[in-house]
Amino acid sequence: MNAILALVIGVLFGSGIWLVLRPRTFQVIMGLLLMSYAVNLFIFIMGRVTVGKPPLLDGLPEPAAMADPLPQALVLTAIVIGFATTALYLVMMIGSRGVTGTDHVDGQEPES
Amino acid sequence: MSMGWLEHLILAPVLLPLLTGALLIPVGESHHRFKFAVNLLSVLTMLGVALMLVALTDGGHWPGGMGVYLAANWAAPFGITLVVDRLSAMLLTLAALIAVAALLYSMQSWSRIGVHFHSLFQFQLMGINGAFLTHDLFNLFVFFEVMLAASYGLLLHGYNMPRIRAGLQYIAINLVASLVFLIGVALVYAAAGTLNMADLAGRVVALDADDLMLLKTAMAVLVVAFLVKGAIWPLGFWLPTAYAAASPPVAAIFVLMTKVGIYVIFRVWLLVFSDAAGAVAGFGREALLWGGMATIAFGAVGMLSAQEQGRLAGYAAIVSSGTLLAVLGYGQASVVTAGLFYLLSSTLAIAAFMLLVELNDRIRSPAAAMLAVTMEAFGFEESPQQPVGRGIPASLAFLGLFFVACALIIAGLPPLSGFVAKFGLFHALLNPDGAGAVAGTMAWSLMALLLVSGLAAIIAFMRFGVRTFWASPVAPPRLQFMEAAPVTLLVLLCVALTIQAGPVFAYLERTSAVLHQPGVYVQRVLAQPVVGEEGP
Repeated sequence: MNAILALVIGVLFGSGIWLVLRPRTFQVIMGLLLMSYAVNLFIFIMGRVTVGKPPLLDGLPEPAAMADPLPQALVLTAIVIGFATTALYLVMMIGSRGVTGTDHVDGQEPES
Repeated sequence: MSMGWLEHLILAPVLLPLLTGALLIPVGESHHRFKFAVNLLSVLTMLGVALMLVALTDGGHWPGGMGVYLAANWAAPFGITLVVDRLSAMLLTLAALIAVAALLYSMQSWSRIGVHFHSLFQFQLMGINGAFLTHDLFNLFVFFEVMLAASYGLLLHGYNMPRIRAGLQYIAINLVASLVFLIGVALVYAAAGTLNMADLAGRVVALDADDLMLLKTAMAVLVVAFLVKGAIWPLGFWLPTAYAAASPPVAAIFVLMTKVGIYVIFRVWLLVFSDAAGAVAGFGREALLWGGMATIAFGAVGMLSAQEQGRLAGYAAIVSSGTLLAVLGYGQASVVTAGLFYLLSSTLAIAAFMLLVELNDRIRSPAAAMLAVTMEAFGFEESPQQPVGRGIPASLAFLGLFFVACALIIAGLPPLSGFVAKFGLFHALLNPDGAGAVAGTMAWSLMALLLVSGLAAIIAFMRFGVRTFWASPVAPPRLQFMEAAPVTLLVLLCVALTIQAGPVFAYLERTSAVLHQPGVYVQRVLAQPVVGEEGP
């Protein structure tokens, strides 16, 4: 399972980097989204992958029998913040499209 | 053990701007005088709180000169810990001072060319103050995001074409940097099982080889995010464009933001990779030194090539970041002391220059032409009421004098604080710790680079000065008192730094001494008793 997760994260992140380096704002924001998915998964597996174990349970003193709840809390925060900042970038993108009349990241079409 | 109100003061620099910013959101833009007054009151209170924290940390109120605040009364390392030491208190004061100047400057017109300036301004300060206070890596990420989200809004304040272009790039770069930050944080947690900085410093000695490897990787990833904020070469190309595009009061606040990135590197490196860290002592210091030196060189070349004053100021900020990083990378307590003085002096001077840039531009262009363009792009039909009353007399002499003062401080020439800072750095570099030690090649290279960058700065400033003030007979521009006052305030602070260099250096020596004793942080933070229980 670790291998699959690692592969998924790698593919997501790689696609994200490629898209972020593209010249159109829509591609950039898609790239940012893919990268943030990859990062969220990454934080999640940093708490070690466990199957079928509760995060917290009363009267269970054995840490090995529990999943680490902290990365899950971190992921939640990261998702919320990432969502908000991406939404902000989207607004910015639309504004730029409206003012400059192009969706190029430089705000102008390249001279060719 | 109960807590006195003084202990809660540690939280005030975060809570105050949060509440003020939230309070100002529903107030309509037509009440701009009220909004300005509330904002100013809040910033002045912040300044008062910061000065009290300086007095408390330096006055022996807390053992070890650091106050520890356990958020929601969770014992460290399980809850989020805020720590104020001399360095944090000093930077909080610096932030509040620059905020006062930027806010006063914005009163005349800049705060009114867009909406929610005052709320964004307060949230920006909340993020900056929080980053200075927090002692938890993930909480640091949250404060970084608060700071950045507000900065996106502020950069775009007064929506015009250059700002949108700069904003698109600035936001994209910072979003990617935030993702890198998260990867670093996750790796740190995987390696050490903690995100509390003091706890991390305590655990680093006991980690086995595999985990140490992971921790090194984690820190290498994490530092990339901080280096982007600090605009270190080759991660700082966004800075000159963004700073030149931002409105002047916003650019002045942004000067602080690069220093936040540098501050965090100081904090983490001195704590986690100190000389007491066993196998990882001094990890990555050499890379930081080289990175800093490359940044100084890049900034110096950039200053020479700058075509407008806004970009010149941006490159000056890059040189300042580079110098500070090199100072940390050099790894000597007395150099760090002088570096902190340089931080104070250069930040104040560059912020003052950011405000001066727009006033200087008026000499060549008809007054407020730039403002008119912004207003048009923002869609205002009528201009805000022009301030009544006379402008200040001798405006050209005023601008010239303060231009020279900023140039002298940024280039590090006598008689102002820039020279004291550079002299302090050279003195420390020439006198290494330990008897009989002599300055090595790196010390000489760093000194040569600092001198060359100072020369580049003075050439660049002279060129702009000659072109602006001596080019042709010009009509004196109209300057309002409220535009001249903040610049005067910042430059006078640099003069005060020069006159009071002795006491300031003494304070910075105590700051640096504590920074180089990570054991004190580990002991103070982890042993902080929760309220309601007896302390050890």
